[in-house]
Amino acid sequence: MTTLPAALPAAAGEMAHAVPAEGVFTSAWLLVALPLLGAAVLLLAGRRSDRWGHWLGVLASASSFVVGAVLLVAMLGLPAEERVQDLHLFDWITAGAFELAAGLRVDPLSLAFVLLVTFVGTLIHVYSVAYMEHDRDRRRFFSYLNLFVAAMLLLVLADSYVLLFVGWEGVGLASYLLIGFWNHEMPNSVAAKKAFVANRVGDIGMLVAIMILFAAFGATDFETVFSLTEGANEGLLTAAGLMLLLAATGKSAQFPLQSWLGDAMAGPTPVSALIHAATMVTAGVYLVVRSAPVYAGAPTALLVVAIIGAFTLLFGAIVGTAKDDIKKTLAASTMSQIGYMMLAAGLGPIGYAFAIFHLITHGFFKAGMFLGAGSVMHGMSDDVDMRRFGGLSRVMKITWLTFAAGWLAILGLPPFSGFWSKDKIIESAFATADAQGWQPWVFGTVALVGAGITAFYMSRLFFMTFHGERRWTDGHGGAGSSDLPVRHPHESPVLMVGPMVVLAVGSVALGGVLALGNGFVTWLEPVTGHAEHHEPVLPVPVIMAATIVLVLVGAFLAWRQYAASPVAVVPPRGSALTRAARRDLYQDDVNEALLMRPGQYLTRSLVYGDRHVVDGAATGLARVVAGSGELVRRVQNGYVRSYAATMVAGVVVLVAVVLAFRI
Amino acid sequence: MAEQTFPWLTAMIVVPLVGAAVLWALPRGARRHARAVAVAVSLVVLALGVAATLAFDTAQAATHQLTEQAAWIPALGVSYALGVDGVGLSLVLLSVVLVPLVLLAAWREHPDAALADGELDPAEATAGDVAGDRIRRYMALVLVLEAFMVAIFAARDVFLFYVLFEAMLIPVYFMIGAFGGLQRRYAAVKFLLFSLAGGLVMLAGVIALYLQGPGGPDGFLVENLVGAEMSTTTERLIFLAFFLAFAIKAPMWPVHTWLPDAAEQAPAGTNVLLVGVLDKVGTFGMLTLCLPLFPEASRWAAPVIIVLAVISILYGALLAIGQADLMRLIAYTSVSHFGFIVLGIFAFTSVSIQGASFYMVNHGLSTGALFLLAGFLVARRGSQRIADFGGLQKVVPVLAGTFLVAGLSALSLPGLSTFVSEFLVLVGTYASNRPAAVVATLGVVLAALYVLWTYQKVFTGPVRPELAATVDLSAREKWVVGPLIAAMLVLGFYPAPALDLVREPAQTSLTQVGVDDPQATQVASTTISEDGSDQ
Repeated sequence: MTTLPAALPAAAGEMAHAVPAEGVFTSAWLLVALPLLGAAVLLLAGRRSDRWGHWLGVLASASSFVVGAVLLVAMLGLPAEERVQDLHLFDWITAGAFELAAGLRVDPLSLAFVLLVTFVGTLIHVYSVAYMEHDRDRRRFFSYLNLFVAAMLLLVLADSYVLLFVGWEGVGLASYLLIGFWNHEMPNSVAAKKAFVANRVGDIGMLVAIMILFAAFGATDFETVFSLTEGANEGLLTAAGLMLLLAATGKSAQFPLQSWLGDAMAGPTPVSALIHAATMVTAGVYLVVRSAPVYAGAPTALLVVAIIGAFTLLFGAIVGTAKDDIKKTLAASTMSQIGYMMLAAGLGPIGYAFAIFHLITHGFFKAGMFLGAGSVMHGMSDDVDMRRFGGLSRVMKITWLTFAAGWLAILGLPPFSGFWSKDKIIESAFATADAQGWQPWVFGTVALVGAGITAFYMSRLFFMTFHGERRWTDGHGGAGSSDLPVRHPHESPVLMVGPMVVLAVGSVALGGVLALGNGFVTWLEPVTGHAEHHEPVLPVPVIMAATIVLVLVGAFLAWRQYAASPVAVVPPRGSALTRAARRDLYQDDVNEALLMRPGQYLTRSLVYGDRHVVDGAATGLARVVAGSGELVRRVQNGYVRSYAATMVAGVVVLVAVVLAFRI
Repeated sequence: MAEQTFPWLTAMIVVPLVGAAVLWALPRGARRHARAVAVAVSLVVLALGVAATLAFDTAQAATHQLTEQAAWIPALGVSYALGVDGVGLSLVLLSVVLVPLVLLAAWREHPDAALADGELDPAEATAGDVAGDRIRRYMALVLVLEAFMVAIFAARDVFLFYVLFEAMLIPVYFMIGAFGGLQRRYAAVKFLLFSLAGGLVMLAGVIALYLQGPGGPDGFLVENLVGAEMSTTTERLIFLAFFLAFAIKAPMWPVHTWLPDAAEQAPAGTNVLLVGVLDKVGTFGMLTLCLPLFPEASRWAAPVIIVLAVISILYGALLAIGQADLMRLIAYTSVSHFGFIVLGIFAFTSVSIQGASFYMVNHGLSTGALFLLAGFLVARRGSQRIADFGGLQKVVPVLAGTFLVAGLSALSLPGLSTFVSEFLVLVGTYASNRPAAVVATLGVVLAALYVLWTYQKVFTGPVRPELAATVDLSAREKWVVGPLIAAMLVLGFYPAPALDLVREPAQTSLTQVGVDDPQATQVASTTISEDGSDQ
């Protein structure tokens, strides 16, 4: 196992085989260990560490970033075929035919995630120092954040599906703890539980996928599984691919397991930025891209990935147009953007790299906008209702400018980051391998239309918040404004603004930098393989122009309605579609009718049946067997003597029978 | 195997019995020290357990070691034969680890003021506490039970096993019936009734089995009974007799209904031992008696048993969701967990059986921790109704945090030891019975529901005014749950020591039952099974 791959030079552009980790890569375990240690210290030290705990949290995350940066430099110095490094840690589970070592896989894909998670993560740690300053449990908050970073890094670094699952559930736990961080308010607590349970439904997929893979290949580590998928039974790979997709829909809030993400906004805003926008929710995309060799043999499963992505892309975008809660609008947008990534991943090799590319740029601009939203809330007495914002560009200049960077990025206007990644996805959607069929037209059109809707709802958010007239008052406004809420917006402290500025720079420039010379796509080739070029069904300039036109139209409509005309403080009744979108297209109603109500009836009737039917029957039977009449009555009187007597009697009978047959 | 020098197992049986006798006979003036004596005795047993483990050769975990044998009733072929394989040893260890914790948990800070007998009105008692001088008697019973637990996991003689199987009921009966809640007598009798019914059926089986065996001076030794010639029908009938007794004990659907009642009424410590250890006698019996003694019948019944196990998994979990009483809820989660154990045993793969064996230990740790923490909660509130709690996380963060970890272990969160065993059961089962494994996986979602719902209702939301002054875990209580949580974490990331103990026995069970391990379907047959089959 260890000698084979190193000896084979991977042909340029082929997926690389893993080589045993050497040199600096053997310290990759520090990436996970440092934040985990931070979390453990903060949890165990308790209140004693209240005064310095948050800085320890920042330090743990930052040092992980430093390790990641060192690994990046080291990897850039390696030829492409040596860039997949497997680090064996220890023998983890050895049980019968099941043998699994815990190990890490450091390769271009995992390293891209490591840098995203630790860089954005560290910025958000810093931001949280100020954002959570007045919370008496700030230290606990940081321990959970560190736990999250450790689990997320384990998720992306694991070299087997089982260890990946440990990270997968670890981030789920951290997400649960952080959504419910203020769980003394019941809705927050319920939202946390909802997120965990929805993820668990997805976990069925993960577990079954692992079972399928193990039953088929006798292993669950990437190296072995991926070396055996070629030529394996297609039905089997399709089943595994669909199960992995189920897992991905749970974690990444894709249809039909999307309903938890909006409620997850109950968590503190830095959590929404880090976990529910930039990193954790994209883990489903990671899972699909990581499993590329499985999907290579399962075109049907891959098609379903694309369909789910395309559907969720529109679903999230439509919901986003109607929300008045700034965080929930951003959440709907996240769902929609991950839909783009899923769609790209579902396109197969031509889309994998763009899925990850968009994931990275999205991580920057969406985290930046969430932090911006947090900054707005900070200045607006924790209000989230955009109908009571307006005109904030004058009072919160830096927040406004940094948010504008994120806004332009997600719109996908050149030269901002989103343009480089999203435009490529739209282009690829028009160029699916099956160029004759319906797919390129449907996927391409959905991606294109989605861009227009995105432009509308994001501009709506931007104008409602920062432009138009003020729908609040600072208290000096005099008569006429008395029914408006009194707010004293102000720019946030430097610890919050700093990270926002850094992320804004990323929103502006990162996409362009990574697109230089097709650099990022080439970087990922050892993992995703080299994609053959497919010509889109429409000429590229036409697609690009159509995208930009649609985006400008969307933005213009939003400007006309929400910046140029007054915005009602009380939401108007709206069309049927608006009302449906406000209710998240009835996702909760459907879940309640299909799952929760029947579940409650089932549970209740089982409880009743257990007491009155099963118990009655079992107890009756036990009575009959245990004897009748006098004996039972005495037992029931509670005299254990009679019990002892039965036992002795039993032994006597035993002895007697044995004797009888021996003689 | 080296000649046995010191009778470790007998020592682990005698020491707690002597300790119990001392506690019972303690003169009035010395009763203040009763708790310390009890804990000290249990620690001695723990030390013996550690020493015995060191004397155990893990490389030979499938053979019984630390063996002792003495003729007991030679005329009948009954012998006092002890010895443990890896599975037996791991359960003995679980027992001797849990007992000191249970004793420590029952330790009340100021029992001296309540030394007078019967000082506590039983009507006020909840499943959480045992007060006054009653603690002394309670602890004596716990030590008696400990002796029986060690003995039964080490018994190599079917007659001895049966006698212990019945004898264990006596201390437990008192631990429920004399120290429980309001309905304790009903619960204790119900427990007895079910166990008795199972025991009687098993008795018939034991007799019939003996008659099929070779007889002679060691006629009841398990190893002499393995491979006994009998007709298919006879084998199946005797198998059923044993299995029924074990299914009641385990407890499996539909003969589980004694457990929730018992758990609702019993003190928390009793529940730990009852559910955490004693019920394992059922699954232990299935694994170490049913499979080797009745291989044909085991294969014959497996499809039905697997269905029952899957029903137990889902049914137990759904019922847990619907419970209003904390202790009943935990009891039902155990019905679900025992379903996984039975599923793993009867799926007949090396992976699933090893998973089931490890599951037995992990379930003891996680359910033990849950019951103990629930006991702490109940003792503070004076009620075990879930609806009487709310918002406690803000008041007692350490209790809340430890409860959450124990709960996460009940839902088999990866990183905790329960995950490893549940995962192995599922993965192993899938290779031999796909539908069962996939349906059982639904239990994963239900587990999340019952754990998080409970946590939500007890610990989150606004603090209830009457709970605002609740005190957090004391140092003693932290010492009770700390070791369990540490064990779950360590075994979650490094399960090798425990898995090594049960690997060879699982392989042996598979050979005994005569089933080949399934091979990976998509891998060109690289290795044919290493050893010739046992035919």
